[in-house]
Amino acid sequence: MTFETHSEEETSAFGRFLGEQLQRPITILLEGDLGTGKSVLARALARGLGIAENIPITSPTFTLMNHYAARIDLYHFDLYRLADADELIEIGFDDFAHSAGIALVEWPERLPDREFDHLQLHIERLSAESRQIGISARGIEPQLLVGSLQGWLSSR
Amino acid sequence: MLLLAIESSCDETAVAIVRDGREILSNLIVSQIDVHARFGGVVPELASRQHLQAICPLVDAALEEAGSNLEQIEGIAVTRGPGLIGALLVGVSYAKAVAFARQIPMVGVHHIEGHILAIQLEQKVEYPYLALAVSGGHSHLFRVDGIGKYVLLGRTIDDAAGEAFDKVAKMLGLPYPGGPVIDRLAAQGDASRVRFPRPMLKKPNLDFSFSGMKTSVLTYIESLAGQLDDQAVADIAAAFQEAAVDVLLQKTLRAAREQGLTRIVVAGGVACNSGLRREFKLASQGEQLAVYFPSPLLCSDNAAMLAVAGDAYLERGARSPSDLNAVSNWPLVEAASHFNLLP
Repeated sequence: MTFETHSEEETSAFGRFLGEQLQRPITILLEGDLGTGKSVLARALARGLGIAENIPITSPTFTLMNHYAARIDLYHFDLYRLADADELIEIGFDDFAHSAGIALVEWPERLPDREFDHLQLHIERLSAESRQIGISARGIEPQLLVGSLQGWLSSR
Repeated sequence: MLLLAIESSCDETAVAIVRDGREILSNLIVSQIDVHARFGGVVPELASRQHLQAICPLVDAALEEAGSNLEQIEGIAVTRGPGLIGALLVGVSYAKAVAFARQIPMVGVHHIEGHILAIQLEQKVEYPYLALAVSGGHSHLFRVDGIGKYVLLGRTIDDAAGEAFDKVAKMLGLPYPGGPVIDRLAAQGDASRVRFPRPMLKKPNLDFSFSGMKTSVLTYIESLAGQLDDQAVADIAAAFQEAAVDVLLQKTLRAAREQGLTRIVVAGGVACNSGLRREFKLASQGEQLAVYFPSPLLCSDNAAMLAVAGDAYLERGARSPSDLNAVSNWPLVEAASHFNLLP
């Protein structure tokens, strides 16, 4: 399923709603080129999870992963700088991505496969303000989540 | 105290020999830029592997250049964090091994603490002062009241300044690392071609934001619809650098006014940027401020910078435990709280 947002605020509102819906551990893959709004969506999702406004959700590009304590802990990954999949082992990706927390993964293009349950968001830039967001899911929990996202999107 | 200092938090392995936290006898860096340039960024596992290969020969070379040997070393300072965990572990493990084998004291130092005190190796800057730490992984404003006494005043809420330089360079098809390339092109460009927004400037806090600025650059590049000739690239580099420097400068000046500080130290890799140096110097003349920049080697990720705090801590009797671990996330305000002071 895909939908469009027409401002940063709208993208943010979607991210926050998604964050609020998260009740169980899940891996969320966040695709999108430089400047599409991954940071905006990640920040909003973190707020939806209950991470306080005064805690900056900074780019994990340098650190590869940032960890935030929340209603369910958030592990925010950025695989932008990874050259090959072997390096995932070094940063302990599997330990966190499939653990008791929310794993939000930017630049999942670097992953060797997606043979695990996950929710996938793909952001495309339509214009300076507008974005197309594609959502897909693998597994029962992620598919249930897509259902509630659909409900929210049709009611906005 | 004759100190061996080791830094391996990101893409540089660095080793220094420093006497009494003041006199640099050697300060060596194995630059890994060539390897990383192939991937357009720092490649973590590669970094750890290179640190592992580099550290032993680099320590030998640093000792030789200092006209010293391991038997004469009286203490060790090592970057404990923040940084890439695999890379940090190489330095920390090496430091622990040598400290144990030689039975000499060792202390873990905060990477940013190294940067904001590095100036003290070149000239005496009285405390308190304001420190702007800007690099690929950090954009922070601290009040420095002395060694181990830091107050966080402001920070980036998204990307670090150096990261924005790197990503804008990538958008413009320029090589890694982006900072020096943008700096060089900016000198040939016309910054008035386009004005990029200055995020957070109107907000009354001391935080930075660079993610939106990066997106504005992308939007502008798209508006050119492929008409991105050499002059356009230079102009965009100039306009972006002007915007980034403006935000860093205005927030720093605001912090200085609010804190009543008249001395400003600018440190970290981005402190090498010539536009930044020029604007800070200009601004300081009008505001009765003294601005200090470490020399380029001491702005980079070097090891000598660790010796200022390292020597002071060891002299006070601080000892990191022999099971010291590296930490990837470590707030600077907690830098002086992990070790035990001898009674």
